[in-house]
Amino acid sequence: MTLAETSRLESKVTHPTLVLWLIVGWVGFALLPWYGLEDGILSFEWLLDGYPFEDDYAPALFLGLQGQKLWLMPLALFLAMPLLAIGKSRSDESYGKILVIAGALGFGWLILQGFSIGIRGWNFEWLNQLFGELGDRQFGMGSGAMLVASAFLFIFTQGIAARGAVNGDIFVVGAIGFVVAIVTTFVFYPIANMLASAFITEENTYSIRVFFDKFTDRRLWGLSCITAGGRCGAAWNSLFLAILVGIITTGLGLAFALAVTRTNMRFKQALRALTVLPIITPPFVIGLAIILLFGLSGSVTVFISDLLGIQPTRWVYGLPGILIAQTLAFTPIAFLVLIGVVEGVSPSMEEAAQTLRANRWNTFRTVSWPLMRPGIANAFLLGFIESMADFGNPLVLGGNYDVLSTEIFFAIVGAQYDQGRAAVLAIVLLGFTLAAFWAQRFWLGKKSYTTMTGKGDSGIHPHLPRAMAVPVFTIAAVWTLFTIIIYCMIIYGSFVELWGINNSLTFKHYITAFSVRLDAEGIRWTGSAWNSFWTTIQIAGIAAPLTAIVGLITAYLLTRQNFAGKNAFEFGTMLSFAIPGTVIGVSYILAFNVPPIEITGTGIILVVSFIFRNMPVGVRAGIASMSQLDKSLDESSLTLGANSWQTFLKVILPLLRPAILAALVYSFVRAMTAISAVIFLVSAEYDMATSYIIGRVENNDYGLAIAYSTTLIFVMLAVVGAMQFLVGRAKIGRRLDQSRTNV
Amino acid sequence: MLKPSSKAASVSFEGVTKIYGTEVKAVDDISVDIAAGTLVTLLGPSGCGKTTTLRMIAGLEMPTSGKIKIGDTDVTTLPATERDVSMVFQSYALFPHMNVLENVSYGLKFSGFNKSETRDRALSGLEIVGLAGYGDRLPSELSGGQQQRVAVARALVLEPQVLLFDEPLSNLDAKLRRKVREDIREIQQNLGLTVVYVTHDQEEALAVSDRIIVMNNAVIAQDGTPRELYEAPASRFVADFIGEANILSCEISKISGKLADVVTGSYKLKLPSRDLKPGNAFLGVRPNRVEIGKPGSKNTLSGEIIRRTYVGNHLEFTVKTEVAELFSTTTDVDAPYEVGDKVSVNFAAKGPVLLSH
Repeated sequence: MTLAETSRLESKVTHPTLVLWLIVGWVGFALLPWYGLEDGILSFEWLLDGYPFEDDYAPALFLGLQGQKLWLMPLALFLAMPLLAIGKSRSDESYGKILVIAGALGFGWLILQGFSIGIRGWNFEWLNQLFGELGDRQFGMGSGAMLVASAFLFIFTQGIAARGAVNGDIFVVGAIGFVVAIVTTFVFYPIANMLASAFITEENTYSIRVFFDKFTDRRLWGLSCITAGGRCGAAWNSLFLAILVGIITTGLGLAFALAVTRTNMRFKQALRALTVLPIITPPFVIGLAIILLFGLSGSVTVFISDLLGIQPTRWVYGLPGILIAQTLAFTPIAFLVLIGVVEGVSPSMEEAAQTLRANRWNTFRTVSWPLMRPGIANAFLLGFIESMADFGNPLVLGGNYDVLSTEIFFAIVGAQYDQGRAAVLAIVLLGFTLAAFWAQRFWLGKKSYTTMTGKGDSGIHPHLPRAMAVPVFTIAAVWTLFTIIIYCMIIYGSFVELWGINNSLTFKHYITAFSVRLDAEGIRWTGSAWNSFWTTIQIAGIAAPLTAIVGLITAYLLTRQNFAGKNAFEFGTMLSFAIPGTVIGVSYILAFNVPPIEITGTGIILVVSFIFRNMPVGVRAGIASMSQLDKSLDESSLTLGANSWQTFLKVILPLLRPAILAALVYSFVRAMTAISAVIFLVSAEYDMATSYIIGRVENNDYGLAIAYSTTLIFVMLAVVGAMQFLVGRAKIGRRLDQSRTNV
Repeated sequence: MLKPSSKAASVSFEGVTKIYGTEVKAVDDISVDIAAGTLVTLLGPSGCGKTTTLRMIAGLEMPTSGKIKIGDTDVTTLPATERDVSMVFQSYALFPHMNVLENVSYGLKFSGFNKSETRDRALSGLEIVGLAGYGDRLPSELSGGQQQRVAVARALVLEPQVLLFDEPLSNLDAKLRRKVREDIREIQQNLGLTVVYVTHDQEEALAVSDRIIVMNNAVIAQDGTPRELYEAPASRFVADFIGEANILSCEISKISGKLADVVTGSYKLKLPSRDLKPGNAFLGVRPNRVEIGKPGSKNTLSGEIIRRTYVGNHLEFTVKTEVAELFSTTTDVDAPYEVGDKVSVNFAAKGPVLLSH
């Protein structure tokens, strides 16, 4: 036996990873407080306050020793079981078996007791009848429970790795298990929970009739706007709006993309810069600017009514306003998608058509357009989903035009407080967006022709036929002008005393929001906005790295590993993209208001919601850059003796620095601009900038709201700008197209 | 079947320059005439301007200055659509949303043929390239070689005045490459087409061409038949780029008439002077013209074998001599020399040529 073989065998018997997770498990069980603490674990007040015997702070072990919460005790048994495996070799059949059984039973028991026993004893009536009153209760799980849960999870994954899953790779199996567990906990569980609550009657029993009553509500599906001049149901309104927005944004986005790639227009860089706007703009800010222009005392409205001598109306509130605002907000997104599509059509296809005697118009009609079509459908669906999910603009501009996302909000926070109705509305909304998401992935996925093969495909896109270039150019110019006006209005509006009534310029709003006083105790943040501003920065700052980590690990698994159920895994991780923020918000407060996971009102729920809302962004950034790294890099690292965790750490991550930075910045910025899920989850202690602004808008305090929004836009512009500067831009190697003189 | 083409036309470049941006010269003042019915190859390393030249013939790029004529027509400012030229792309550029027959019919539809004529011509085009019966397939359902042949058929059926190939074989594997290039040559000869062909593979160029134009740094380095280029390269660059060559420094001691007295080390030769002046110059010798003999022979270079490689149908030697390491090949696979043997080296009579820098 050679030296290498000996050492390899020895390392098989020590199992450092297993020992690590066992220690983690026992620390969680015997040292850390089992239940969640009101002040958070990091305050450390609990250390001085009767720990470890005081009930509120006691670890599970001490609770058990005092004869309390005895249902936690079997966990000790399951934590002890893996000790049997420690002396064994990994190839030993019983090693894997022990770990799988211990992990599965421990995790299962943890979940079982968590759901069975709540704040009021047994959670289910039949348990009461079976075992009698419990006479005890429990709260949301805390740090101890969390450590024990992760220990069981990773003991389980090490067990199945030892039994040969994914070539016995501990890191990969563990990572898959981790992602599956958290996505299940924070995406599927709340959604499932919300589905269930749609069936709950007022007497707390389940009934399918309740669901159908609420589902067939006239306010949801009514068609009286067509038949009797009344109001249509929110579902129809949302659908109609989303289809309109999808069509218009796709059309505008396409015009832009064609103008940039296929005309000799100047200012192409400036146009591309516009695409950064929706990223840095909180979604409802466009709505505010629309009010400044077209509202009752808006500039345009006043000007027109003076000119024609007619009474100004509130025409903009409702469908027209939402439509304009969403078109403005989402066209850059469509542009971003379509420029990829339009550039992705291989130029040599078009050149081939030209050498085959097709003129410009025929080339466009018979080659370029058919090749773009799937991408265009894709952009439409994206606009559709964005419009459906948008919450801020309908809230600000909706008037009497009810849409699903705001109806959900009013069902929960309004006077009606009807959880069941909110759940039903959310299900309908989710149904629409999931259908679009499904169509995008499974129907279009098979039809796409645009591929970057990386093979020598150097050519230049032909210019558009003149008959198309002129309208395309005009549309792009008008839209750009409108966008610029909108943003000028926002900045200008933040300096106006009281729009439409007192138009004098003032710094008043900025002073109210962001005043600072220096005194003996140092800087005092006296402005009214500081509290929510710092909270937002803090929450977004915590959420961003976590989002990037989860996103990149998922991307790594998707691009680099093959395992059973990979397609389902991918679908599950990308699904949260199609779940509207309002739906996430509702499902989170329904699911996490009660034990076993009780985090409403804390900062944690905000962080968690951001992680899972923005995860698809991180995953996509990771996939995009990871698929550019040749797999032979990993393989060479693996053959040189590194394991897959070391390979990920030492080879993949350093090469992904730009992707990591991008994922960090985008998740940070998106967390700062988000509103739809946030508005359900904020609390007095953790108020976010966007919900604070919406609050100001509801109080008709537009000046402050706009000043705050302007500040946010500039803060985020700085963040994104810093990132662009650090990362630089990726370029596609094509022939220089400026040189073109003809064709 | 398609008939031998009566439309094949000549191509001429008069002082054509192409500048990208403001200063990048892709093609610098090129003048060349390509006779009708010949296959001419543009050969050169990447970035030498050969593809830009080809694209200017196609009308996909416009020259910054100069004049391009196809036949007797000045086409300098005509776009691709209006030139009677068709092109086979490196990536084939088959339209993925059309089947093979639709792809081949594509150009015919825009050339004023009626439906049945279009169909007949497309089908006979497919027959020429050996793909009769494949009309209903999608390009994605074909192998790389078949896709390539569809691309050729699509360009061929238009009976263009000039047919262009942009590195058509670069996406095929080595065995298929030989077969396809022979097919292309055969079709070109049978139909009497004017073909301009771009490649960076010198062996491919030698095999298919009537004439090769070697380009380097945006200008023409040499223009001639394959044999001229191989046996009498005009410059060090051409000698090195086409085939393998030993390049030695040498000195021209005297010019008498068309002959030069050349010395390299202790080896004296009389060679065609090629208009060079006395002084330092270079000597190019193909490996198969380097002969190895017993040591101590008169008027040779003496050296030592430092490497010997058996490659099946021939032997390769590397000999360290007083002037340079020389690379030699011989078809005599039983040649009795081993590594370490002292030998003498001389050049075959028609072997060495003088080269300018």
